[in-house]
Amino acid sequence: MDKTETEYMIEVEDLVKRYGQKYAVDGISFKVKRGEVVGFLGPNGAGKSTTINVITGFLSSTSGRVIVEGHDVLDEPTAAKKLIGYLPEQPPLYLDMTVDEYLNFTYELKGCRYNRKKHLEEVCSVTKIADVRDRLIKNLSKGYRQRVGIAQALVGNPPLIILDEPTVGLDPKQIIEVRSLIRALGENHTVLLSTHILSEVQTVCDRIVIINKGKIIADEKKEDIVRAAEDGRAYVAKICGPTREVTTCLRSRPGVIRVERSGERDGDAHSYVIESEPGTDVRKAIFFALAQNNWPLVGLEPVGEDLEDVFIKLVDRSDTKKPGKQNRKPVIDNSDIERKEG
Amino acid sequence: MGAIYKKELRAYFTTPVGYIFVAALLLLSAVAFSFTTLQVQSWHTTQYFTLTLFIYVVLVPVLTMKSFSEERRTKTEQMLLTSPVSLTGMVMAKYFAAMTLLSGVVLVTAIYWIPLYEYGEPETAVLIGNMIALILAGSAFVGVGLFISSLTENQMVSCVVTIVVILLFLVATFANSYINSPALRTMLRWISVFSRFGNFNNGIFDIAAVLYYLSITAVGIFLTVRVYEKRRWG
Repeated sequence: MDKTETEYMIEVEDLVKRYGQKYAVDGISFKVKRGEVVGFLGPNGAGKSTTINVITGFLSSTSGRVIVEGHDVLDEPTAAKKLIGYLPEQPPLYLDMTVDEYLNFTYELKGCRYNRKKHLEEVCSVTKIADVRDRLIKNLSKGYRQRVGIAQALVGNPPLIILDEPTVGLDPKQIIEVRSLIRALGENHTVLLSTHILSEVQTVCDRIVIINKGKIIADEKKEDIVRAAEDGRAYVAKICGPTREVTTCLRSRPGVIRVERSGERDGDAHSYVIESEPGTDVRKAIFFALAQNNWPLVGLEPVGEDLEDVFIKLVDRSDTKKPGKQNRKPVIDNSDIERKEG
Repeated sequence: MGAIYKKELRAYFTTPVGYIFVAALLLLSAVAFSFTTLQVQSWHTTQYFTLTLFIYVVLVPVLTMKSFSEERRTKTEQMLLTSPVSLTGMVMAKYFAAMTLLSGVVLVTAIYWIPLYEYGEPETAVLIGNMIALILAGSAFVGVGLFISSLTENQMVSCVVTIVVILLFLVATFANSYINSPALRTMLRWISVFSRFGNFNNGIFDIAAVLYYLSITAVGIFLTVRVYEKRRWG
């Protein structure tokens, strides 16, 4: 297929994977654009790994299609697999090999045609494993093993990197290193990152796909995902000024539903909880209203904007949908997102 | 495919498995050889080759037991199965790696024949024919071993089950003395690797037997590929 036609690196269409009677993945669709870093988020057992295993060709789907840069993974598995660098949940390391032997094996396995020495040196320096190249993998620490696993995915410079929970079991310092590595990768590669750790997505990804019980419950840009879960938005504002007048003034603003004093004080400023209608940003209106009256606004913070809250809210919401009903439609209809993208 | 072949072959010697296999096969066949020829002052090799076939029963499974079991247990198979190598390519690579080691050792045992020429008149063609038959029978065993290894994550289970299955293949014909049904007897004789080996000992290069060994190999490889296909679709 002509490369200009394939704007998308991954296209997953109505993917279903069933084990016996259990739907591990139940009709999910999403697309990943070239150059995007997408976080694939979900609680444990949501179907993340299954989806990834289908994309990489390790498992086959019960129904639905997966297309990697124009190549259907079922019809042209070899062509599709060549484009993917994959780090499975458990890094596939041969413990009896040295790092160097392992990377050479990977290089040959993928049938690469580069200057081998130079290419492997590059991969090692990017993943910071150059100092352990002569050591047996079984003697390496978990952090190093994980990085050797990532190095393995990078060998052959595939345009699409898929990482399945790459920071599980690492210490905080290693997690930061791996994340900055993933961010660096995102500059030249398309990255699909599966994880159940929210801060990871927050620091690394452009877009977030949330999956629960085999279904997509949200598929949004990182900034937009918060709005997806909102029934309205709340702020905590710290305002200096006569409390009664401030409250009345703010209540009269269009879009503001509720204004209440929280009782806390910060110097001579009182704290208020301001709730707005969904979809309206009242922050500017608040500012101007207060400025007109010469009441200084010393703080304005959104409440519950943490991705963690959003995630739990979305998952809970999808859990409380009637179970047992084979509803193939995602809980949050993402057709409008596709319209936006297409 | 070349990469997996090289990796497998190297893996035999980065773990004790390859050394144990080579040492045990050389030792046991040397003992068998000296007891059946030099000790009894004979240059007939019939008994030697028959005994070697039984040595295979124990040693070939050692060669194949971890081929797929280990990859499955350590999840490294994910890497092979998501690499741009076909399933058949992957299985064939492992088959050829095991066969390379096996044939290599069998070729080395040809050294044993040298003293025979000193003391008797062995027929070189028969010796070579027998050696080829040994390699082919070994190939059939490797096919069976690979298949069984693809069924389990546990190396020991893989090893023991392979030994039992190969042994049944080998001695199927022995049961014939207890069986009256001619049809069953023919069938058992057909299955038996042992009865097919006899012609080589008598100096006949039995094409039917060659095809039989190759067929078992092919079925073993085919079934292994099927196991992987099925797990993918499972």
